[in-house]
Amino acid sequence: MALHPRAASVPAGTPTRITQGSQTRGGIGESTLRPDGTLKVTGEFAYSSDMWHEDMLWGHTLRSTVAHAEIRSIDIGEAVATPGVYAVLTYDDLPAAMKNYGLEIQDTPVLAHGKVRHHGEPVALVAADHPETARRAAAKIRIDYAELPVVTDEASATAPGAVLVHEGRTDHHIGHVPHPNIVHRQPIVRGDADAAAARADVIVTGDYVFGMQDQAFLGPESGLAVPSEDGGVELYVATQWLHSDLRQIAPVLGLPEDKVRMTLSGVGGAFGGREDLSMQIHACLLALRTGKPVKMVYNRFESFFGHVHRHPAKLRYEHGATRDGKLTHVKCRIVLDGGAYASASPAVVGNASSLAVGPYVVEDVDIEAIALYSNNPPCGAMRGFGAVQACFAYEAQMDKLAAALDMDPVELRQLNAMEQGTLLPTGQPVDSPAPVAELLRRVKARPLPPEQQWLSADADGSSVDVRALPGGLSNTTHGEGVVRGVGYAVGLKNVGFSEGFDDYSTARVRMEVINGEPVATVHTAMAEVGQGGVTVHAQIARTELGVSQVTIHPADTQVGSAGSTSASRQTYVTGGAVKNSCEAVREQVLEIGRRKFGTYHPAWATAELLLESGKVVTDGGEVLASLADVLEGEAVDVELEWRHRPTEAFDLRTGQGNGHVQYSFAAHRAVVEVDTELGLVKVIELACAQDVGKALNPLSVVGQIQGGTTQGLGVAVMEEIIVDPRTAKVRNPSFTDYLIPTILDTPTIPVDVLELADDHAPYGLRGIGEAPTLSSTPAVLAAIRNATGLELNRTPVRPEHITGT
Amino acid sequence: MRVNFTVNGRKQEADDVWEGESLLYVLRERMGLPGSKNACEQGECGSCTVRLDGVPVCSCLVAAGQAEGREIVTVEGLADYARHRDDAHPGAGCAAGTCGTSLDQAKRRQAGPPDEQGAEAAELSPIQQAFIDAGAVQCGFCTPGLLVAADELLETHPSPSDQDIREALSGNLCRCTGYEKILDAVRLAAARQEETVR
Ligand code: FES
Ligand code: FES
Repeated sequence: MALHPRAASVPAGTPTRITQGSQTRGGIGESTLRPDGTLKVTGEFAYSSDMWHEDMLWGHTLRSTVAHAEIRSIDIGEAVATPGVYAVLTYDDLPAAMKNYGLEIQDTPVLAHGKVRHHGEPVALVAADHPETARRAAAKIRIDYAELPVVTDEASATAPGAVLVHEGRTDHHIGHVPHPNIVHRQPIVRGDADAAAARADVIVTGDYVFGMQDQAFLGPESGLAVPSEDGGVELYVATQWLHSDLRQIAPVLGLPEDKVRMTLSGVGGAFGGREDLSMQIHACLLALRTGKPVKMVYNRFESFFGHVHRHPAKLRYEHGATRDGKLTHVKCRIVLDGGAYASASPAVVGNASSLAVGPYVVEDVDIEAIALYSNNPPCGAMRGFGAVQACFAYEAQMDKLAAALDMDPVELRQLNAMEQGTLLPTGQPVDSPAPVAELLRRVKARPLPPEQQWLSADADGSSVDVRALPGGLSNTTHGEGVVRGVGYAVGLKNVGFSEGFDDYSTARVRMEVINGEPVATVHTAMAEVGQGGVTVHAQIARTELGVSQVTIHPADTQVGSAGSTSASRQTYVTGGAVKNSCEAVREQVLEIGRRKFGTYHPAWATAELLLESGKVVTDGGEVLASLADVLEGEAVDVELEWRHRPTEAFDLRTGQGNGHVQYSFAAHRAVVEVDTELGLVKVIELACAQDVGKALNPLSVVGQIQGGTTQGLGVAVMEEIIVDPRTAKVRNPSFTDYLIPTILDTPTIPVDVLELADDHAPYGLRGIGEAPTLSSTPAVLAAIRNATGLELNRTPVRPEHITGT
Repeated sequence: MRVNFTVNGRKQEADDVWEGESLLYVLRERMGLPGSKNACEQGECGSCTVRLDGVPVCSCLVAAGQAEGREIVTVEGLADYARHRDDAHPGAGCAAGTCGTSLDQAKRRQAGPPDEQGAEAAELSPIQQAFIDAGAVQCGFCTPGLLVAADELLETHPSPSDQDIREALSGNLCRCTGYEKILDAVRLAAARQEETVR
């Protein structure tokens, strides 16, 4: 804490008019800089893989080499005998009766027992004095697998006599699913799609395939577990939701929750991939067994097995419209592959179905979404959460429909665009601004980037900068065979946890005087995963409390739950909790002020009072006292929970229900150049327009939109986890083979931010993190189709799809 | 084995190093310099980039033994390196003893007022400050490697074109930002550098 000279305090009772614009700096709406920025650029910020403890051991996980097998035996003899090894644990060593965990369904074994259900499932653990010793000892564990047939898609999952991935299911979805290899099914029926189809002048159908995407956050799964004297454990870890981890960890350790103390350590990105547990329980088990601190850090290979991925999907759509372009109906069926364990699959199904027609007005719909159990890698949360796969398909359909009607694809979208008041397929009205047509207008109105930027005139006529062409420095073309295309897409994402989930957050705010300066401390359990929540919390506290000094307390389980850093919800919900707690603190501060100084000036009793620039002022701008004087010797401390308005579950038969809290909208225009000879794509520009309700920190907002856009670009042209359909083994678990966009693959991303307040949300804000990931993929696909004239119904588009080889 | 090298201007010696250990491991786990990051440990992401005798390398691909007798600059020494860039021995310094890392310190996150953030500017190298100012840091895991690579780019190409920047940073993955603000940061640092020269 820097020392500040004590601000000259204004004697109580001396009215002073403060000039306009003198409100506390660094409040909401300003592009204040990250409080952790300096630590992050100097290398001092402690990420979970940077944790270190005197005398610590290294943990390592042994994972199955096959996708589906019975485990006949495990021989750990040689591993245990390896010098430097302190513990080798298998299923038999689990200390409590509870041996599984899971976000919604407790179907995931801490360590495989009897069976493995996917390639890379954890089977045994080793703790040793060097990471390499642990790895080598793990390699000496001998496992006898009796391989079983694999379930890899809907046909093999539901065929007569199909192997059941989970026998004897008892979860609450089993009663309504048509087959035990289906995790959850959500139909949504509204109006009469068949009757509406009869009125359609044009009907288009399409089958779409969405590949398995990986979150590919850079900071590996890692953390440090330290056994504590009371028999409990302290865990320093990177996660998206400390309290959700805690609820899953404590029962399998056989400990009460208060003996598992969790502190968030630096998180190197998350994007949904840290919603499920990875090494948390394993590190704690090893620490409790050895009595020593244990650090675990996945390498990239293990990281691909250590977290769930985005559900790959097969989607079949039928759209109908009248001659003048009005949508008559949409029918669709979405099959999501959830892999071996349920993770967030049920909620992903709810999202995919309820958002299946996108931001359009359609009265008559017939929708079905299911998630499968299979022996493929488990899938769960990733940025966009079920809405991404649907958006890819319905936007392709809108282009197809426009072509069939001979209409401009943007005009067709605008003609059918949702507005405030439009009903979702679930019957829920969208009761906040829904500027779908306007967002499309904005990306379309933007001037197109100049053609053939790779051509630059020189003395002899013209020269080519191959770096700007598809293929880049590989020098694959000098422009012959390169064609340009432009494509548009728009998407609809829900904000927050839906379907009746009690989606609350907690914040503790303390205000006191330190060295003569009023200082606010904000303590929440919010996981800062890079999104900038810590920045906006400080901004909110400055705005509400009129102080410039705000300390962000590290996130831990010593304060109530903040819920997950996902579903674009944290600024809404934890931001709302911080705001709410600050308001309560303000009231108490004013109470103290009235007690101390109320007799000096009548305004204390009569005027609307505000806290600004370290002072108590009236709404007329008169300064009554400095906060330092009011608070001298006293501290105000408030911890409150905060909830947004409730939602309800979707009806299991009709899908009707007010299931969502808020909506987020983004539109993209993609401009691509395609080398049609080699099938290489270069995205030239990917412009985005998004409504954010209120930009609390414009710099961070734009950064989030650009990052989300780039992840959507990645899945459009390169990102896919490839699973062998015969063996269900993962073929490309490395950054050599799973490609994410580099700076050379990523175009300029101009961002147009719209701020139409949602009256239900704190400051009118909207969740922003996910929407840009929805529409960027179909926009790029549309642009490639526009350039090549090909149908291209799967993502990612690979060169062979373009060249037809 | 024992390895002797210079890290951020300080002579260092590591004992009991196993031959297979990478320079990245020795820096992070033996020297207490976790600033260089371990995102892939297979030479694909650039998060571990350090300068080895001035040349940016992926420290995860350098065997610790290869660093014997050589000079290494990590992100922890970047500000000091930038200050001494014109000296005969780049990187020599760190007299203040501030190049090391205290995890305790790292755990503290304080959100001072905006002007205070500016006041800290003097401590940072121009590229570090530009990354903060341009909003190029989100989760920040890619940042140390990008900073080392970008600092070297600006040392050799004081006014790089966008294509130059893209080429120079193409070995550094970032999953959060979409790179646009990273480009902004490098442009900003270059512009500020030019102004200082004038
Ligand atoms: S950690 Fe060295 S290149 Fe990725
Ligand atoms: S990887 Fe997170 S900021 Fe670059």
